[in-house]
Amino acid sequence: MSAATLKRAGYWTMHYAIIALYVAFALFPLYWLFKVSLTPTKLLYSEGVRMWPSRTTWENYGFVLTNSDFPRFFLNSVIVSVSTAVLVTVVASGAGYALSRFRFRGKFWLVGLMLITQMFPLVMLISPIFRIFTPLGLTDSLLGLIIVYTAFNIPFATFLMQSFFDGIPKDLEEAAMIDGAHRFTAFRQIILPLTLPGIAATLGFVFTAAWSELLFALMLISKTDASTFPVGLLTFVSKFSVDFGQMTAAGVLALIPACLFFFLIQRYLVRGLTAGAVKG
Amino acid sequence: MSVQAERRPGWHGTRRRFALRMEPYFYASPALIFIVAVMLVPLAIGLSYAFRDITLLNPFSGGFVGVQHFVDLWHDSDFWQALGNTVTWTVASVSLQFFLGLVLALRLYRPFPGRGLVQALVFVPWAVPMFLSGLNFAWLFNPVIGPLPHWLYAVGILSSPENILSDPAIAIWGPIVANVWWGVPFFAITLLAALQSIPPEIYEAAEIDGAGTWRRFADITVPFLAPTIAITVLLRAVWIANAPDLIVAMTGGGPADSTQIVASYIFTQAFKGLDFGYASAVATVLLMLLLVYALIVLMIRQSLLKAS
Repeated sequence: MSAATLKRAGYWTMHYAIIALYVAFALFPLYWLFKVSLTPTKLLYSEGVRMWPSRTTWENYGFVLTNSDFPRFFLNSVIVSVSTAVLVTVVASGAGYALSRFRFRGKFWLVGLMLITQMFPLVMLISPIFRIFTPLGLTDSLLGLIIVYTAFNIPFATFLMQSFFDGIPKDLEEAAMIDGAHRFTAFRQIILPLTLPGIAATLGFVFTAAWSELLFALMLISKTDASTFPVGLLTFVSKFSVDFGQMTAAGVLALIPACLFFFLIQRYLVRGLTAGAVKG
Repeated sequence: MSVQAERRPGWHGTRRRFALRMEPYFYASPALIFIVAVMLVPLAIGLSYAFRDITLLNPFSGGFVGVQHFVDLWHDSDFWQALGNTVTWTVASVSLQFFLGLVLALRLYRPFPGRGLVQALVFVPWAVPMFLSGLNFAWLFNPVIGPLPHWLYAVGILSSPENILSDPAIAIWGPIVANVWWGVPFFAITLLAALQSIPPEIYEAAEIDGAGTWRRFADITVPFLAPTIAITVLLRAVWIANAPDLIVAMTGGGPADSTQIVASYIFTQAFKGLDFGYASAVATVLLMLLLVYALIVLMIRQSLLKAS
């Protein structure tokens, strides 16, 4: 073997070793979560920490799905996340279209305002929003959460939609408008169908963001009936901090919808992250 | 003739032109209404709370107290500790995320068998809801069910396999580790996109001229990436400083406020203390600090643009 071949072999060994470390680092915590959720409670204490329990069980999932409030939390989270995703996508399509196709007075300020909202600490809105929402009956209500999450996600979604509209030639709706169609008709019938992938990506991003939100849900919701999954799980953890199997089983369930959407939007990750470079 | 007819000022013409001028506002106004009603108005009201005595459970509160909250803040050792923790938390999280993200992006830049799969797998943490990655790491750090204390003990970092989250001296590293795990994909994706925007011809030319791997990295990759890196890192730092989710989920700021950052301190004051006035005063200070920081970022950006 020549020195060059040896060097190449060394390079690729290093390469795959580094890659393997990254994959392990990314997946091990999730593997462990899943492992604990399958471990019978007795073995958890008697066997100590080991890579795989001697016996596995779905009991924890059974308990979480039938004997707890988690199905309710799950449903609440689905309602909030789906409504937020749809509402944000509708509103952000309009705003993204305006930013992509028009020059208008105040555009600079609108963009500036949206950028600033990505920079300031949302946590400082917790007290005033709580005080404004209480007399309106929007605390302990899913509607209140939907309104808050919609507003928070609009700026990012607008930039994302704008980047998709920018990729569609202007001539398309101009041709339709010369043929006598109103711009809104052209927008609805020609442009929107072409942005379907963009719309799907926006729906996915916003759904995931709403599904994960914790702080405002904690503050605005105190009734179990109206709790979302993050609040339900955190309350459960602080109340029954020794039922590791059930806690982790609930955690795995919370992961499912977010991961589903992640695989749907994976193709658009780069665009999403560059559009909202400030946001996770 | 038809041109003249169109130009003739008439009720229909004016209305049509008005409608055309209003059109962008028709598309943009729902977004603007949401942002103003749910973000700007509460922001202004929140700033006013900073000068008022507002505690939720006291019906007689609400009076104007001037700068009293800020005076209290100056003497509040918990606040100063939170400020120091914010720096530790932000600098450690951002630099580790950035370094690991850069190495990963460089590994993923060139095609190799299995790249698509690896890319999908290493990006998974980013899809995990932040509170859940916090809870999960709290479990991993728990010696009863988690392996991390035992491993840290085995390699000699810990003197006994205990939960680092209950040791005030090092507890902050728990949320930092969770944050790094969660945030590496973000940097990897951003840097990968930036890497792919470098024209490959430049590398080819450099290779022909005999430049080695390190030279190519130092003389082409780094200068090309520098502006993206600077802006991404500086903006990401703001986002991380502002996001208390992991801390609230993992430690609630404890033990003994040792993991409290300013953002989680604001949340704790409002959520647990129900002291909206004081929470808003802390928030106002955080906002001022961020404004100063943003100005510095803008200045750095200007000088970067001038340099390139």
